[in-house]
Amino acid sequence: MAAIDRRLVLHFDWTLFGLSLCLAAIGVVSVLSATYQGPHHALDPLVIHQLTWIAIGMLFMVGAVFFDYRVLGAYAYPLYAVTLGLLAAVAVAGHSTGGSRRWINLGVIHLEPSELAKLALVLVLVRYLREEPPKGGWRLQHMIVPGLLMAVPVGLVLKQPDLGTALTMVLITATLLFVGGLNWRTLTVLAMAAVLAAPVAWHYMKPYQRERLVSFLDPHSDPLGSGYHIIQSEIAIGSGGELGKGFLKGTQARLNFLPEQTTDFIFAVFAEEFGFAGSMLLMGLYVLVIARGVWVARHARDRFGALLAGGITAMVFWQVAINMGMATGMLPVVGIPLPLVSYGGSSLIAMMAAMGVLISINTRRYLF
Amino acid sequence: MKFRSSRKDQAVPRLELRMAGLSVLIAVVLTIIAGRLYYLQVVQHQSLAELADRNRIRLRRLPALRGLVFDRHHRPLVDTVPSFDAVVVPEDTEDLSDTIERLEKLLGGSNIAVRLQQAEDDERPAYEPITVEEHLNWNQVVALETHQLELPGVSLQVTPRRHYLYGEMAAHLLGYVGEVTRNDLRHLVGYENGDQIGKFGLERGWENFLRGGAGGQEIEVDAVGRRLRLLREIPEQPGDGVVLTIDFDVQQAAEQALGPQSGALIAIDPNTGYIIAMASHPAFDPNIFTGGISPANWRRLMTDPSHPLENRVIQGIYAPGSTFKIVDSIAGLQDHTLTPSTTYNCPGGMWYGNREYRCWRKQGHGTLSLHRAIVESCDVYFYQVGERLGVDRIAEWAHALGLGYKTGIDLANEKTGIIPSSEWKRKRYGERWYPAETLSVAIGQGYVSVTPIQMAQVAAEVANGGIRYKPQFVKEVIAPDGSPVQSYPPVVERRLPLNPVDLDFIRDAMCDVVNGPGGTAHKAALPNIVVCGKTGTAQVVAEKQGVRIDEKNMSAAERDNGWFIAFAPKDHPRIAVAAIIEHGGHGGSAAAPGVRDVLEKFFALYPAGLPTTPSAAPAHPQIQADASDQRED
Repeated sequence: MAAIDRRLVLHFDWTLFGLSLCLAAIGVVSVLSATYQGPHHALDPLVIHQLTWIAIGMLFMVGAVFFDYRVLGAYAYPLYAVTLGLLAAVAVAGHSTGGSRRWINLGVIHLEPSELAKLALVLVLVRYLREEPPKGGWRLQHMIVPGLLMAVPVGLVLKQPDLGTALTMVLITATLLFVGGLNWRTLTVLAMAAVLAAPVAWHYMKPYQRERLVSFLDPHSDPLGSGYHIIQSEIAIGSGGELGKGFLKGTQARLNFLPEQTTDFIFAVFAEEFGFAGSMLLMGLYVLVIARGVWVARHARDRFGALLAGGITAMVFWQVAINMGMATGMLPVVGIPLPLVSYGGSSLIAMMAAMGVLISINTRRYLF
Repeated sequence: MKFRSSRKDQAVPRLELRMAGLSVLIAVVLTIIAGRLYYLQVVQHQSLAELADRNRIRLRRLPALRGLVFDRHHRPLVDTVPSFDAVVVPEDTEDLSDTIERLEKLLGGSNIAVRLQQAEDDERPAYEPITVEEHLNWNQVVALETHQLELPGVSLQVTPRRHYLYGEMAAHLLGYVGEVTRNDLRHLVGYENGDQIGKFGLERGWENFLRGGAGGQEIEVDAVGRRLRLLREIPEQPGDGVVLTIDFDVQQAAEQALGPQSGALIAIDPNTGYIIAMASHPAFDPNIFTGGISPANWRRLMTDPSHPLENRVIQGIYAPGSTFKIVDSIAGLQDHTLTPSTTYNCPGGMWYGNREYRCWRKQGHGTLSLHRAIVESCDVYFYQVGERLGVDRIAEWAHALGLGYKTGIDLANEKTGIIPSSEWKRKRYGERWYPAETLSVAIGQGYVSVTPIQMAQVAAEVANGGIRYKPQFVKEVIAPDGSPVQSYPPVVERRLPLNPVDLDFIRDAMCDVVNGPGGTAHKAALPNIVVCGKTGTAQVVAEKQGVRIDEKNMSAAERDNGWFIAFAPKDHPRIAVAAIIEHGGHGGSAAAPGVRDVLEKFFALYPAGLPTTPSAAPAHPQIQADASDQRED
């Protein structure tokens, strides 16, 4: 990185930058709501933390813009190897919360490597798929390498256990293979194989994960147990109504009826206080980010940039879909953060860095 | 065989097309989520908002402080004390059986699960707390408070509890409270599960004044059921207080007079009908009913052969024995079949029909007139008075004096007793009346039965010249701030046009019962007050009519009931009393001394008579200084 190219500033993607900050702002508002204890209580440290992460995330985002994304191709495998190492470290010396090990204590922050792993997986898959596919598209024999690239982190993440991240990784991989030019017939075969694999997956699931799946199918079967989270989340969202209860007036969140209210269920906190109008605003922001991502992918200068933009967009999309689907009771409870909104340094910084890469791809189409 | 692949299979997949395909997928998924949000936040909003409120708002009923009960001088007899109870909201617990287990270990109780189940069986509304242990002691309260955080759904509740300061004293009059039953809830308005309601006595009769109005609180709680803040409160209205006509000291004297014996004693102001004291033994401690009586206690009370729950003053029906001779005398004098100078001879018995009717005094009274017949309670004399009157005339006058009817006292389940007549017998047994039966009636035996309160009324009527007041025990109802709510002036039920000369004669005779030579109740005499009375000794076992059994040969259960009715002082009487001691033997020895103690206490407290309410009561003259001079023996 030499002197700053004037064109980088000229063609900077303010849209994506602005949208990211809007979402991060909604995140701060929601974390504030979820932790609000009343006017006589000091601001919860989580809010300060979140603001700190956003500041650091912005450095990564802006930094990524000045970084030629094509270089990332060269770093793909080393980065991938590093994240696998971190995931393995979690398995050995991880910090456990709520029955699963997801964090590494780095003194200042608790690093959640699975958030970085998603990005690394995107990068390494894109690196593999950047060559033009053969006639008819990628076939089964081409799937061995990407399959293994996915399987290792997915296996490590499942070990934590973190069903949500594993599911996201599988979906991101599937999306990238599809976009990258998978043969239609192979796609069908793989889809069928996935369906057949479901019983096997069930067999290897932890009891609490099975419980969640069952309670998702009928949350009222055990309203005080596993179904509780789904029901309370639906109540929070639904009680918001059209315009919401108002900022800091949500009772479901403030009185702790909502579980994981700053992370997995942050959307319910927001939807309770800002209603259907707020939900649509938030969804609208995501739609704009995703649409912009798709646009960037289609207008990227090279196939690597296009796939990378597609992969990042897929990552955002699947996390939004799973998180909101879960909060609204359409999907089982699998812990997964809402991109740029949920509390958490690792996910926020990783996601902002990803947005920086997206901006970089968009900005650089004028550079070469 | 040549396999022709489709064109799609042959072409190199174009990234833009695939991105377009992905966009469609994204659009579909996000539309579904948006649709779901619309369903939850717009379509389902109402019901989910209600669920959110049900989550966070608890409605707590604030039971009103029940009104206090005072004696006539505003000395409290019944008050309300705080009781610490452990309550559980099962919906707020994380693991109910675990909570029960911890709670049982903490409180040392063992029927917590049973009580929870009971409440569920009673169709407890959701989120309503269930009381699992009452009257926690200090250690239990502290234990519960310190373990509060480990026991979500469990909390401490302070409940006002009825407290009867003097235990068994006047228990039948005061009554008791208990938890409202499911049956009651069906037809009562304004009561809820767990409310206390008056079940017996004054508590039942004055329920509407005493109960006050329950208030309520809307409390915001968090997910573990901790109280966060008060959203709204309707304060409770404390119940009104009831001021009785009962005098605490006289009541205590009455309780002591009965002591361990079974019996009843009632003292009435003859000028107002206000009850000064009213005791029935054996009694019970109403405190054991508060907050639910234990099954063991209930069984004990119900199976006790001495019937402690019965208010003998109004529910005990006894043969009046010789006290009934006052009724005979009034009837005979008013009917002119008897005059003060009518004389009969008593040889110790009398042949009627084909058998002998004996006098209690075997050696007989000789020739005697009405005065001595009353004083010495000659049976033979009154056999003949009764025979001259006939049963129907006796019944007529007994009814006129209030016997055979409820007195109208405001207590439930008062008994009427029986005043027999020829018509009564025909209706009851389909038989004609035999004249010989009249003889038994004349001495208060046979079919006749009365309650102590009825006999107290007869004494009061003789004392006040024939005015029958409704017996009342409540002077007034006062608001919690002391302002009057309702007063209960004396109520005249009937004025009997009795000849004052005849009444004076009877009073003279009753005076000599206590103070004169040969009187049967010398033990009721007071030094400074002229007490008038009449004893009665009523047979309990069905003996052959007119045959008297020697007392010494009787077992305790067969011994006679001892009666004593009295009023004092002789001139301008201010108190009338009736007392019965079951199986006490002779009224003069069993009942008269107790009545004397009550009268002594009364006149020590009220030398000038009761400061009665500004009513029809005539001004009383001072006690005659030479009252003792009238004693003749």
